[in-house]
Amino acid sequence: MNLMKHKKIYFLISAFFLIPGLISLILFGLKPAIDFTGGSLLEFQFIDEVKAENYSIEELKQSLQELYPVESIQKTGDNSLILRAKEITNQEKELIVDSIVNEFGEIRVLRFETVGPILGQELLKKTITAILLVAAVIAIYIWQQFHDLKFGISAVLAMFHDSLILLGIFSLLGHFRAVEVDVLFVTAVLTTLSFSIHDTVVLYNRIRELKKKHRHLSLEEIANAAVWKTLGRSINDSFTIIIMLLSLVLLGGESIRYFTLALLIGAITGTYSSSFTAVPILLVWEELANRQKHK
Amino acid sequence: MSKKSNTRAFFWLLLLTIIAAYIAFPTRLAVDTKIFNKKIQFVINKPPIDFYFWGKHVYKDFELKKGLDIQGGMQVVLRAKMNEIANEDRETALESAREIISRRVDLYGISEPTIQVARLEDDYRLIVELPGVDDPQQALDLVGKTAELEFRLERELSDAELAIATQSANFLDMYFAPTGLTGQQLKRAQLQFDQQTAKPQIALEFDDSGRDLFAEITKNNINKMLAIFIDGLPVVTPTISTAILDGRAIMTGDFSVEEAKNLAIQLNAGALPVNIEVLEQKNIGASLGDESVQKSIIAGVVGLALVILFMVLYYGWLGVISSLALIIYAILTIAIYKIIGVVLTLPGIAGLILTIGMAVDANILIFERMKEEQRAGRNYAEALELGFGRAWDTVKDANLASIITALVLINPLNFSFLNTSGLVKGFGITFLLGSLLSMFTGMTVSKILVKQLMPLIKPKEFQS
Repeated sequence: MNLMKHKKIYFLISAFFLIPGLISLILFGLKPAIDFTGGSLLEFQFIDEVKAENYSIEELKQSLQELYPVESIQKTGDNSLILRAKEITNQEKELIVDSIVNEFGEIRVLRFETVGPILGQELLKKTITAILLVAAVIAIYIWQQFHDLKFGISAVLAMFHDSLILLGIFSLLGHFRAVEVDVLFVTAVLTTLSFSIHDTVVLYNRIRELKKKHRHLSLEEIANAAVWKTLGRSINDSFTIIIMLLSLVLLGGESIRYFTLALLIGAITGTYSSSFTAVPILLVWEELANRQKHK
Repeated sequence: MSKKSNTRAFFWLLLLTIIAAYIAFPTRLAVDTKIFNKKIQFVINKPPIDFYFWGKHVYKDFELKKGLDIQGGMQVVLRAKMNEIANEDRETALESAREIISRRVDLYGISEPTIQVARLEDDYRLIVELPGVDDPQQALDLVGKTAELEFRLERELSDAELAIATQSANFLDMYFAPTGLTGQQLKRAQLQFDQQTAKPQIALEFDDSGRDLFAEITKNNINKMLAIFIDGLPVVTPTISTAILDGRAIMTGDFSVEEAKNLAIQLNAGALPVNIEVLEQKNIGASLGDESVQKSIIAGVVGLALVILFMVLYYGWLGVISSLALIIYAILTIAIYKIIGVVLTLPGIAGLILTIGMAVDANILIFERMKEEQRAGRNYAEALELGFGRAWDTVKDANLASIITALVLINPLNFSFLNTSGLVKGFGITFLLGSLLSMFTGMTVSKILVKQLMPLIKPKEFQS
């Protein structure tokens, strides 16, 4: 069966996952954490369970309103809450904690973070630099290895395809589930770049090998054979990674849940995009180039 | 590889694994569980490596280092305000600020603090990590206040005073009287060497008002001690030998070069008080970390079991062998973490667990290739050889991308335009070690295991 005959279907599948995310990215953007925006975050746990069950978030917000305008309150399970606001000092934090203790009984402060606005801006710059750097180095490496810019660029395009899907999903999660994008998310994005390239390299290697053996075959025929031959490995390999990540997402701690979810999404798209995005792009490009030649 | 040399490699591997397993095993493992209604409760204590070798004490207990997000504590990013300090002195000023803060933190009794210097364009920063600190305000006071340097003069105490002084905690304050001369008036302290004896000494230079005050003090107090206090504690107690009128003093003593250099740095820090502001502050309670680690470990064990199950079901005996290689991978990884002292963070643990999933990649690649070669009509032993032979290029190329990414995350050269966050580095390091080690266990280790064990399992296939 010629897998590479159905390029349009693969592009449609990609579009199906890309477009909602892209729309969400344009409309809502991402929900940046204080890592990027600057501000303060206070996470605490109610110790007095009886009291903890008999409050509403509105009530809490109201009670703090006079003291400090809290921007958002989020439940994180196990009777714990995260308050977010603009930058506060340690003294202000103590006041807030005291006021909560007065009203709702003893609490345990789990986390208190304050990030100045300068660092936020900086992180954004660093993130963009890191992503471009990784993309550039990988493109150059593949170009060098395969002596063909087409290979390098289509691999990088597939990589961006994966990143965009990931960003899109997190934009949707941010809008509907208040999931924030923090420095760990950035790490996940960078890591998924390498997932994406991993399978693509295996596939390209096979294409190169087959090309040497069968010079009379067209690139499409070769690509098809290569995809068939590597698909089993690619799926099995990703399957083991997915097992590990899925158990982390389901069983692992709260604080790295969305980090591991981002890695999981990246592992899945990375597997798909190697066979069904990077190679089809390569083939379409080759077709266009050939047509140009024949004219 | 001949059969004999493979056997030798197999035993080396066995030895390596045993040593690594010893290192990787927790120092103290308490088991308290119920199996079939039988209570099982015991504690295993691993003796640390502790012996004398040629009179040298060798001690290693191989503990995993925990990051701030796991053991709880505080991270502060500070910015030194350098606008009043000349360009050429800025590096020294930052270094001295680091010295001073690290001294304060040590005095405060915080174990294993880390204080890093970071520069970003025109910004000079200190990243301070204080494990176990739960009072942020106190810690901030400790770290953030400007160093105070003052000169204090020895004072004659009356007998009555002496009796009180020896009992009192403020002994130092009674014994040394303030002179009004402070770090503000000290222009520079510098390490020098005596031209005759070549011994290290410290040259002090005062500004105009300091010169007059210093002349006054030295004129009237020859043979008395003039101690230099930093943050209320004496760092050096030289004795005045002559009157010094020009504001340039030389301090001699039994310093080593290292001591003299440190002293100069500390004196300069007092002399160049850098104002510090807090850019970022993170406090993490320890309870959050413990729970998360527990959960991550459970997730890792469940994942590992499922991967092994999958490999065995799908690849049969080869799957069993690659599971062995995978377990060796896990043991080696933890041993290496302990040996090189990787600081384990939650994202780092996630990285470790993730790489367990990636470590079988090379095996899968090889086994799939074997199947292909068998389909092409080769016999089992040949296919095995070809599978390992041809997979190497691919494994190498594919892992290179992971290694590049990991290096960008770790940022080993501390480029200011890349990340410097500890969490991100933590993940990057486990990811990098995972990529490198899994190439070793996926290719070398599993090849040795396969060659040693498969002929025993499937003797027919290997008869030639």
